[in-house]
Amino acid sequence: MSTDHLTPVLTGRTLVRANPVSKLFAAAVITLALMSSIDWVSAVVVLVCEVALMPLLGISVWGLFRRIWPLLIAALIGAYGTALLAAKTGEVLLELGPVLFTEGSVAAGVAVGLRALALALPGIFIVLTTDPTDLADALAQKLRLPHRFVLGALAALRLVGLLMEQWESLGLARHARGVGSDRSVSARIRNLLGQSFGLIVQAIRRATRLATAMEARGFGGGTRTWARESTFSPLDAVVAGVGLLVAGGAVTAAVLACTWNFILS
Amino acid sequence: MTPEQGPPGPVHVRARGWGWRHAGRKAFAARGLDLEISPGERVLLLGASGAGKSTVLHALAGVLGANDEGEQEGELLLDGAPPAEARGRAGLVLQDPETQVVLARVGDEVAFAPENLAVPREEIWRRVGRALDDVGLDLPLDHPTTSLSGGQKQRLALASVLAMEPGLLLLDEPTANLDPAGVIEVRDAVVRVLESTGATLVVVEHRVAVWADVVDRVIVLDAHGGVLADGEPGEVLTQQAPRERLAAAGVWVPGWQPEIGGRMPDGGGETLVTARELTVARTRRGPAAVHELDLDVQEAGALSITGPNGAGKSTAALTLGGLLRPRSGTLRASAELAGTADRDPFRWRSTQLVQRIGTVFQEPEHQFLTPTVADELEFGPLRVGGVVDRERIAEVAERLRLTGLLKANPFTLSGGEKRRLSVATMLATAPRVLILDEPTFGQDALTWAELVTLLRELVEGGTAVLSVTHDADFIAALGGAELRIADGVGRVVTR
Amino acid sequence: MATSPVRTGTSPTTGQWRVVDIVVASVLAVAVGVVFFAWSAGYSGISVLTAGFPPLAGLYSGGWLIAGVLGGLIIRKPGAAIYCEMLAAAVSALIGTQWGLGVLLSGAIQGLGAELVFLLFLYRRWNLPVALLAGLAAGLALGISENILYNALWTIEFKLLYVLFAAASGVVIAGLLSWLAMRGLARTGALSSFAAGRTADV
Repeated sequence: MSTDHLTPVLTGRTLVRANPVSKLFAAAVITLALMSSIDWVSAVVVLVCEVALMPLLGISVWGLFRRIWPLLIAALIGAYGTALLAAKTGEVLLELGPVLFTEGSVAAGVAVGLRALALALPGIFIVLTTDPTDLADALAQKLRLPHRFVLGALAALRLVGLLMEQWESLGLARHARGVGSDRSVSARIRNLLGQSFGLIVQAIRRATRLATAMEARGFGGGTRTWARESTFSPLDAVVAGVGLLVAGGAVTAAVLACTWNFILS
Repeated sequence: MTPEQGPPGPVHVRARGWGWRHAGRKAFAARGLDLEISPGERVLLLGASGAGKSTVLHALAGVLGANDEGEQEGELLLDGAPPAEARGRAGLVLQDPETQVVLARVGDEVAFAPENLAVPREEIWRRVGRALDDVGLDLPLDHPTTSLSGGQKQRLALASVLAMEPGLLLLDEPTANLDPAGVIEVRDAVVRVLESTGATLVVVEHRVAVWADVVDRVIVLDAHGGVLADGEPGEVLTQQAPRERLAAAGVWVPGWQPEIGGRMPDGGGETLVTARELTVARTRRGPAAVHELDLDVQEAGALSITGPNGAGKSTAALTLGGLLRPRSGTLRASAELAGTADRDPFRWRSTQLVQRIGTVFQEPEHQFLTPTVADELEFGPLRVGGVVDRERIAEVAERLRLTGLLKANPFTLSGGEKRRLSVATMLATAPRVLILDEPTFGQDALTWAELVTLLRELVEGGTAVLSVTHDADFIAALGGAELRIADGVGRVVTR
Repeated sequence: MATSPVRTGTSPTTGQWRVVDIVVASVLAVAVGVVFFAWSAGYSGISVLTAGFPPLAGLYSGGWLIAGVLGGLIIRKPGAAIYCEMLAAAVSALIGTQWGLGVLLSGAIQGLGAELVFLLFLYRRWNLPVALLAGLAAGLALGISENILYNALWTIEFKLLYVLFAAASGVVIAGLLSWLAMRGLARTGALSSFAAGRTADV
């Protein structure tokens, strides 16, 4: 288990300066456009734009691949699943007993796989270029989300790494008590359930103490000021505009190409 | 609050017949408290575990909770107002450095409290600078909080409450989890802060010697409610009667050491585990913690592993205990210890491990597996052989004063009881080597003495006892060799 | 005995969130996300199996739903199930068990499923049947929404099968396991700040 991808190494210099709310907006409209339809044209348009914008991440192709390879596999599995289960139209491409792929079902699978990739990348853009504290500042100050929940969530997110370490150390501690190296599946599942329970006990205890520490520092009152102001700059208009442009372009292209396939239709 | 006004002065505390009972509990956590603390007084609050010291501190900080979380009687007032209405007047620092950090950056962390009190932005940053100065933390504002040492984290917690400009400073065992260097670091920061702010101080701590010279009053809470003793440190800590009562309650009174049984172990016997050029690392890919250790673990011998926080002591101990894969070098069990198992302890299955090497983790709760104390004690033997030697278990339970708790849920025990149970569960399978990570951390004097006595007897009976520890008294009482780890290198010192 | 409350508090039935509610709900969601990450390291074998027949994935989808049901059972405040489920979804996007913003939408929908059941009982009943129902509703919400959002091109019989599996998984994994966890947690004393930890018979 690697925790490399948990440390927010902020890479893209330009996008780091943009307000998280504008990045969220751009990602949200692109996601919305992609979600609305399952078709290969809108997915390809978004994917091409995303790949074109990737230099903004300031991360090497290899570095990016190391972070997102499970995503590529997931997209492949999604494509395969749909190709297997979609309506079997067009010519038969492959038939192995009950397994049947046709032109129509494979095309559907390809569209699903491309869409999954295109849907995932905006999230990667945000994770790689956004400091969680800046995000919380922006959500509370600009979007006016309730600050107690935003800050509670921020404080909890800080514990991801700590809880991961605790998971490892629980595993060692339990091994020292005589559990953990069973071969049978049911014993292993029982052990994992026990370890999970142990982690949740520790997490709740820690959270209760953290709540006390936060309350002792005046947290939870009605009004609050912010030591760091979350601001918008012209860059944010550009980010939001690019998001709108990509989303609009994808929808327009799909409609023009007559591939638009609204999910609720 | 405008900066020109300056902070309001030190707080006056008054309690009249005050008590608190947590919701769902039968007994009051604290009761019958009558107290008057003048502005600027520096008070050390003592008492046996369970006397309600933390409850009093939490009440003063206004964080005991609302009325569905407990029941209050009498009154407790800060400058004449209930603590919850005096937000920001009291600043509380807790025991565990790890659980009170809220944010990722040093500057934001200190700014958090004044933000909550709706202090204007420019004033917040002025206070952040001043508070960090006061505690002597000279770090950039965007320095990550995770990379601080325990002592630095506690000083950061202190700075974080100072930024509220509190008139009352409440410290709940602020140095109990620190190494000796960290203890002094935090104590000195508190002294400096008190000199510059003049705030009233109430500190709770088992280790009295740390604070005896700082405070000008000692208040001892009675476990049955009310106050047992109250006066100048010189009086309370030197007079025979209060001293004896404090000692009996497990408080570390300066110049007194709890009585310990057993004999000081003399040198070890046969070698059970041999480490040669052993390099240890916490994770498979992460940096190595200690390089090329050479070490023999001998039966009937004690070994203390010492060094500053973060030096890799625990990693070394876990590796010697067969729990972590050595980065390089060799770790070999003697043929006698290994028996039918492999000679490499890391390759032992967990059931083989518990019969040979027992490891007691620093956090006892990590090793609790069952819903009752009795099940905990039987778990190891059941795993190993399927049969339980009831006599041995009863003996272990008796020895560690757990007999009355057999039906309790392990997680609900007190700190000292949890520690005793975690040692007992390891002894249940009678391993030849026992490894303990910070066994005396945060323990009161009574539990401390019990542990030391027990470990001495174990060594005398032939067990090899390895302890990761900062505790000089503990090392002196157990004797044996010392493995000093610093800067990635370990050196064995024999006295 | 004279009692004077420290301050006018919020009783659990008024629905106001205390600081400890917010922080514990948040950390609980994060912890469940971490647990799921740890498990997913072990079940890559299973995902190969279900890849052969994708609707089978519904059978372990209940794992995604634990945060909402458990959060609701412990915190017992309006919105707890939705909040915990959404935060857990955000955590999984952060640590790379899921990707994209769509996961937040899914989290909201699944949390809403459990939340509606707790609302149906007016946030007053927290027994096993309610937990199982909440798991069921979350499972149905997951199955139906995934079918619309991602499995839209599957033929109808496979969609139905997926919903069925997700619902069953929701009942057992999210409902039963969460209820057992809540009861176990109450016995450890970790929930002493919550009504869930004080009710003698939970």
